[in-house]
Amino acid sequence: MAKNKTNETKREENLEGTIVFNLPFPRKLDKESLKALKDMTPIVKRQPYHVEYLHSYAQDSPFFAGLTNRVFLGNRDPKTGYTYATPRGADMYTGNETEWVRLPDEGTVHAFTVCHFGSEEFLPETPFVLALIEFEGANTLFLTRLLGVDPHRASLDWIGMRVRARYIRNSKLKPTDVYFVPAEAKEE
Amino acid sequence: MRPVYAVSGGVSKFAKARPDKTFQAVIKEAYDYAINDIGLDFKQFTEIVDGSVSSYFSDHFSRQLMAGIMAHDYLGLCPKPGHRVEGGGATGGICFQEAWKAVSSGYMDVCAAYGFETMSHVETWKGNEFIALASDVSFDYPVGGFYSGYYAMMVTRHMKEFGTTVEQLAAVSVKNYMNAFYNPYAQKHQRLSIKDVRNSPMVAWPLTRLDICVMSDGAAATILCSEEGLAKLEKAAGKRLPRVKVTGIGRGTDAMRMSDRPHDSYEKFMNSYALPHEKESRETQAYYKKLWSRGFRYPGVHSFRAGRMGSKQAYQMAGITDPLKEIDFVELHDAYTSSEIQTYEDMGLCRYGEGGPFAMSGKAFMPGIDYGLKLKNKPICPVNPSGGLIACGHPVGATGLMQAVFAIWQLQGTIKKHFKDAKLQIKDAKRGAIHSHAGTGTYVTVSILEKEK
Repeated sequence: MAKNKTNETKREENLEGTIVFNLPFPRKLDKESLKALKDMTPIVKRQPYHVEYLHSYAQDSPFFAGLTNRVFLGNRDPKTGYTYATPRGADMYTGNETEWVRLPDEGTVHAFTVCHFGSEEFLPETPFVLALIEFEGANTLFLTRLLGVDPHRASLDWIGMRVRARYIRNSKLKPTDVYFVPAEAKEE
Repeated sequence: MRPVYAVSGGVSKFAKARPDKTFQAVIKEAYDYAINDIGLDFKQFTEIVDGSVSSYFSDHFSRQLMAGIMAHDYLGLCPKPGHRVEGGGATGGICFQEAWKAVSSGYMDVCAAYGFETMSHVETWKGNEFIALASDVSFDYPVGGFYSGYYAMMVTRHMKEFGTTVEQLAAVSVKNYMNAFYNPYAQKHQRLSIKDVRNSPMVAWPLTRLDICVMSDGAAATILCSEEGLAKLEKAAGKRLPRVKVTGIGRGTDAMRMSDRPHDSYEKFMNSYALPHEKESRETQAYYKKLWSRGFRYPGVHSFRAGRMGSKQAYQMAGITDPLKEIDFVELHDAYTSSEIQTYEDMGLCRYGEGGPFAMSGKAFMPGIDYGLKLKNKPICPVNPSGGLIACGHPVGATGLMQAVFAIWQLQGTIKKHFKDAKLQIKDAKRGAIHSHAGTGTYVTVSILEKEK
């Protein structure tokens, strides 16, 4: 883009963004036509907005490092042993800083749904199965994607099903680096 | 604490989109209505009002930060005190309670509480993405952030624990749509059958499109005042105003991540969460003991501890010990048919686990309306006589206030005047509850409004 010269009195124009070459408007502005503007329909225009964030996983970072290394980590209160299957830096009952523990790769479906629609970001992936998983030795659950079940044949029988963790090879440093499949599903 | 009156309210037209007006102008529709209903004009009210609380949920939807002050200034309230509150879906309910606090504490004699949301500026699925950002962006959102999905997981657990059926869920939709048929403020006017609800497109199993509220543009406003404020308003209006008092407020919370919610014991439930009428009944204790022996834990992901705590506090303040018998109607946050069922239980209208049969019983239906359903019981406590969020719409920051407005009109006995139809007027309504809920049960407010004897 050309730099503005200090003595420029006419603003340089371009063809980026919303361009309108003619918008209907009264030719003459008098009392009547100004009053008629109250009946004008609204102008509605497109307004894109894009942001990039730097997202720090901060004290939860080891969890994601674990997933990249095919290890499922949780947090535990060092005094009470209360164990979180979704990382949490401090225990909500004692206020103690939690420590890292390895959680089992096998668990049970606690609740699930099949998303036939979704947020824009996930719409192309529908239908997909969301599930909350419970683990032996853990007091809280873990939200994950469940694969290896037919999303068009959802059944309450899925609750209580034994499932095991699988890890994607190319880690994206997201909680979806791990997902779950029925425990008896074959290794591919 | 001073007594607080809810003297007036107004609701803008809720619609899928309101491109005709900026959010400030939509708020002004509701605000002007509330002022005019007292019998005052803008200038008279501006001289008396001490300040405002404004509410809207998402800065993303309007791509406008500090929209609260823009509304406050548009309404000519500068330089009087004001602030914006936000708490997800409960934003409007929190706004109402913050205005109550301002008056009750003696800080203000007259406080305007208004809220809005403009959800139409982005496409529906982008809107769902914004809403889903109200979940943990490290652990929940990236897995497939979608609120309907989160609530549907609660449903499958509720069904598994208690045998709740999809037809029971659908009955809530039939009821609320049918009620809304007589509410001109409702966004949707259609008569539905259970079959219609089940045959509509599946969104998140087992919730269909008709189990879920729609996105809306809209605003609502209420005016709260002290006894002194009421005297000032009445003097200016030159007439006595109907007296509706806020007799109880309560608010509860729970962990943002559903996965973090506790799974507590029977003893913990009885000591910390049970309502007086549950504690007093041996039969109920035996019922709950049986639930726990089957593996039920509280609140898990099937129940809203925040809703129970909000109810418990509000009931205690208002002196309610048996809510189903002592409350004449409830306007509650039915963003999903399932959350209405879960909320029956949280609010103690029935026991935990009995929400499904309660939904079908008829107890929460309006008298004198044909729903096309075979209902076993007579109406006792109509729930969402207005049509709720499902049919009225859910412009988030306005929703909790919309409930307050409808409750005020019910208790004033002025539904006919405002709806141009008396069908939804609950005869001799003396006490109502409003319930506002943030996803996924994180903040819940319950407020009790009563017609002064």
